[in-house]
Amino acid sequence: MVVKLAVRNAGKRYDDLEALKGCSFDVADKTIVSIVGPSGCGKTTLLWSMSGLHSLTSGQVDLDGERITAPRPEIGLVFQEANLLPWRNLMDNILFPFEVKHQTPDMAWITHLMDRVGLTGFEKRMPRELSGGMQQRGAIVRALSLRPQVLLMDEPFGALDAFTREEMNRLVEEIWLETKTTIVFITHSIEEAIFLSDRVIVLTKRPGRVHADYPVNLPRPRSLETMAGREVFDLMNKIKADIYGMSSMRPRSAAE
Amino acid sequence: MTDAIPEFKKTEATKVGITGSALTAGIGSATRKEIAIILAVAVLVIGGLEFVLWAYDVPQYILPRPSLIAAALVKEFPLLLPHLGYSMVSLLSGFTIGAVTGMVMAAIVTQYPLVEKVVTPYILVLVTTPMLALVPLLILRFGFGYTPRIIAVALAVGPMVMINAATGFRRTDSAKLALARSYGASTLQIFWKIRAPMALPMILVGLMIGSIFGLLTTVGAEMVGGGFGLGNRLTTYSSMINMPEFFAVILLLSIIGILIYVIFFLIGKKWASWET
Repeated sequence: MVVKLAVRNAGKRYDDLEALKGCSFDVADKTIVSIVGPSGCGKTTLLWSMSGLHSLTSGQVDLDGERITAPRPEIGLVFQEANLLPWRNLMDNILFPFEVKHQTPDMAWITHLMDRVGLTGFEKRMPRELSGGMQQRGAIVRALSLRPQVLLMDEPFGALDAFTREEMNRLVEEIWLETKTTIVFITHSIEEAIFLSDRVIVLTKRPGRVHADYPVNLPRPRSLETMAGREVFDLMNKIKADIYGMSSMRPRSAAE
Repeated sequence: MTDAIPEFKKTEATKVGITGSALTAGIGSATRKEIAIILAVAVLVIGGLEFVLWAYDVPQYILPRPSLIAAALVKEFPLLLPHLGYSMVSLLSGFTIGAVTGMVMAAIVTQYPLVEKVVTPYILVLVTTPMLALVPLLILRFGFGYTPRIIAVALAVGPMVMINAATGFRRTDSAKLALARSYGASTLQIFWKIRAPMALPMILVGLMIGSIFGLLTTVGAEMVGGGFGLGNRLTTYSSMINMPEFFAVILLLSIIGILIYVIFFLIGKKWASWET
């Protein structure tokens, strides 16, 4: 296993709030790893430190063995809600990174990506003229246009309806099968995490550290049938039990 | 995957975009029937006024009939034209100075929260004080030429633009800033590619309100002192009880006001209609 990203003893403190503490795990190259955990457990903090946008107060994150201290071109980021710039049309949004970096865009690759996610013909549309799912597909194209080696996705589909969400999950898997980009995926949905991932990492409640680390050995491409299997059902319950176990609420018994 | 794209109805989205903004509300595409109704009401109002004033034999010095005002506008227009020019010089110079200063100040001040807190009370004083009150003072110092007028207009426009532009620049969306930073954008790039376009709708609102205030101040300053400009014509005509000519100037001023509104409406529609 080649380690692409290594989180080493990561800790982050905001004034009097400790978001992360002693969080360590590896992400193998060309795999998808999901991170789940109770609300406010520092998932987003963790992802932003992996992107180099936020610094850690202790520990470090390494990319190919080299410490990340600032945003890097090898790392792409997909945000909660598409985060397209509303005053630019779709294509100008996708070309935004190239504009900032003064680079010539690889139009053949971008055209291919647009076609892949089904956005061909929508290049001139403004973000408000696109559905939530289409906007998020545009954001994925924007992130992939620079051919990053790692894609960090921060609850990208949380605001979408259930059907669109499943569709987007299949799309992410298809893209992964084609590009084998290492993906770190943060989500609230255990089902989404299992569907997409080679590994699901469960964080403890704040300050977040690794509570459990489950491999997901299911064949790809995954389907509704895969997800209906006993193995998935058991894993889903195990993760749920992990997360509910951290909750301050008393678990309900059948008698109630 | 690719076949599941929801159908997009262009007219619907466009409508939302235009009517949603405070800047662009009011003017929209009208159907032929709507245009007919608008024209009919206009004819009724103006015609009705003409009829009532004629039927009750209202004296000219109380309110001249619309037809007399229109005739006076046509007759006096060659005489009014140079004054229109003088007023526009005051308005445009004062507006340009005030607007540029206001925008630059807003962009700088919003970068430093402490500076903003220190400066804001003074800006509020400038916004709420009628700059017209300063004109006699400015005339004492700068004479009866353009200078006091341009200063008054700039003082009326600047704070108004600044306060609105500052609201725009303060609207920081951390996700969009993070997006730019994740691609290694410099502070300057972040300003021009994220902060400025995000502030643009509010800047346009500031420019529009500022220009209307600028017009008021121009006319007011011309009424207070100096021998030229449309405001000066108002004082002259009213002192001679030339009411049709007086109202002709008023009509001209409202046309300028409407033109200013339309110009900013069109700019807003082109550059700021993304905001719903």
